[in-house]
Amino acid sequence: MLEMIAVDKRVGRDMHISQVSLAFERGSINVLLGPTLSGKTTLMRLMAGLDKPTGGDILVDGKSVVGTSVRQRNVAMVYQQFINYPGLTVYENIASPMRLARIGKKELDRKVRDAAALLKLEPYLDRTPLHLSGGQQQRTSIARALVKGAELVLLDEPLANLDYKLREELRVELPKIFAESGAVFVYATTEPHEALMLGGNTATLHEGRVTQFAETIQVYHRPIDLRTARTFSDPPFNLVDVSLQDGAVRAQSVSFGSVAENLSPLQNGAYTAAIRPHHLSLSPTTAHTIALQAEVRTSEITGSETFIHLSVDGNRWVLLTHGVHRVSAGETLTIYLNPDSLYLFAPDYTLARVPSLALEGVA
Amino acid sequence: MAEITLDQLAHSYEAHPKSDADFALKALDYVWDDGGAYALLGPSGCGKTTLLNIISGLLTPSRGNIQFNGEDVTDKSPEERNIAQVFQFPVIYDTMTVVQNLEFPLVNRGVDAREIRTRVNEMLETLELTAKANQRAQGLTADEKQKISLGRGLVRYDVNAILFDEPLTVIDPHMKWQLRTKLKELHERFSHTMIYVTHDQTEALTFADKVVVMYEGEVVQIGTPEALFERPDHTFVGYFIGSPGMNILPCEVEGNVAVVAGHSIKLDAAYQPQRGARVELGVRPEFVRFASDNETGVPVTIDSIDNVGRYRIAKVRLADLSMNVMVAEGQTLAATDHRIIFDSQRCGVYVDDHRLEPLAGSRELRRDY
Repeated sequence: MLEMIAVDKRVGRDMHISQVSLAFERGSINVLLGPTLSGKTTLMRLMAGLDKPTGGDILVDGKSVVGTSVRQRNVAMVYQQFINYPGLTVYENIASPMRLARIGKKELDRKVRDAAALLKLEPYLDRTPLHLSGGQQQRTSIARALVKGAELVLLDEPLANLDYKLREELRVELPKIFAESGAVFVYATTEPHEALMLGGNTATLHEGRVTQFAETIQVYHRPIDLRTARTFSDPPFNLVDVSLQDGAVRAQSVSFGSVAENLSPLQNGAYTAAIRPHHLSLSPTTAHTIALQAEVRTSEITGSETFIHLSVDGNRWVLLTHGVHRVSAGETLTIYLNPDSLYLFAPDYTLARVPSLALEGVA
Repeated sequence: MAEITLDQLAHSYEAHPKSDADFALKALDYVWDDGGAYALLGPSGCGKTTLLNIISGLLTPSRGNIQFNGEDVTDKSPEERNIAQVFQFPVIYDTMTVVQNLEFPLVNRGVDAREIRTRVNEMLETLELTAKANQRAQGLTADEKQKISLGRGLVRYDVNAILFDEPLTVIDPHMKWQLRTKLKELHERFSHTMIYVTHDQTEALTFADKVVVMYEGEVVQIGTPEALFERPDHTFVGYFIGSPGMNILPCEVEGNVAVVAGHSIKLDAAYQPQRGARVELGVRPEFVRFASDNETGVPVTIDSIDNVGRYRIAKVRLADLSMNVMVAEGQTLAATDHRIIFDSQRCGVYVDDHRLEPLAGSRELRRDY
């Protein structure tokens, strides 16, 4: 197990990492989710032992590893930029950590071939990295991390430079490949969708702090505060300032209907309401009972879905709907809202209410 | 602004190409409408950058010619073609302010000072950079720098076309949303001819009126996002567009029935029987659903279910074929006895990877919904 206890990293006068406490089990998948500069890479460097924390402790199986050099620890890292030995063949690139560890010829050969098979590199074993595509080069670095048999595998946005489709495939395969190895698997990404595809647990990062750490789907459904909700939404959450009076939700000039409290008692007063774009509807249903006037800013059609960018009561919102809907900028639309799908955040930005769907954990 | 004609265009990086395989870009004939928004979409190595470089004038094609508004520009340099380009990484002057960066392309072309001020102010507002107008570019974030790059291309009203080469790759997801819609708004406003190269289907589909899908040097389909999604002409388009891509299942076709692993699946049209060819049924995960208790369907076993928030993706096995089925948020699944139903109107038949047209007059009337 890898534990970080109240870890700080100060650089000059700037706190790059503040009071981070996390515990990762062996065989678990852990996603670090946050925008650029939120501290993902810094945190990984601390976990690996490449940098020393300025406060707190890092334990592996209960023993502090602060001060143990990265060479003496069994860590594998994969970066966004493909890193391979340009002069070595793919076979030798994969084999390199085992050569250093003086592993027997037969076992080495078996491991290289197993890893190559898993990562679909068998046809390229005799080539050098420069004669490979980006995807093949990155698969080579991943294979090398795999054969190393590391206890801690750190992947820092490993798929960011790859083609969309390749990313889609590797995203499914990677957790499976590493889950079997029994290592602690840590994966940094800026993309909420990627976190959901990987599953496991997610720690959301904001300005060097961990805002929440829980099962990925739980963080998605029940973000602990507004910052976490914003980090974990793509397309972005629709936000609006509302006031609550005995269950009735009102924005500036429109009513959003009534909501039942569920996480904790709801006091009357000001809240920030958030609603996911796909929970808005273009037609009324038994649940979507609240009609709202909206002005179209622009629309985007993906073929299967349409994103309609709207101005609703002075707020910028997005509505996501199935199928193709052609609307033009400036047009006025009536959209429908299901009051139960509202998230409410208190004035201190903590989560106060979730949609029933998120409560049941169905979805 | 210009209509761009690609006339019998082909390119090989070899001096003496011998076969089709030597061509990075195979024969292409196409007219890009004046004021259209196009995306070139495909995996790396498909030839999309080669095509972009031919349009911009960085590369002279080995065969054919390229015309702007009917004038042959094949041998003209990028400057002579009057084209603006935006690249993956911001190309700006770090020591200049935001305003100076935006003015630069106009000053260079001798535009009237008052005109420059109007355009630059308008661009600052559109890009929401007014507050930072007089800051130096070097202190800005990557997103803001890339916005300036876009702005530098867009302030030039007189360009023949604006070419974008993966302009949002380095941008965070949230900012991507903003910049994407910004581009869309700018296109609606100024109607430049825009060509956008990307490997990201969401960017391509949301940006473009027409998407050009490329694969191994060939254009496999040019169509609206809707056409690419609903009626892919080629199995590659089915696979590459959509997430997860289209299910492609080996089958035999008899009239209006496709037989997949011994199970009959009804189609909405009849097809000519195919002999000696590879025949497959293509259906998107969105157009397959689980049957309810009182419905019949094709029996499957569920391998796994991934919850990705808005929906779940069920990986199922139909005999020994694996496929994906989309399950809506909130929908409950039975514990056992899983059967699936194919939307007959959304199933396509593919012969050696190309979509097969049904027999004339055999298609059932399409329900409207």
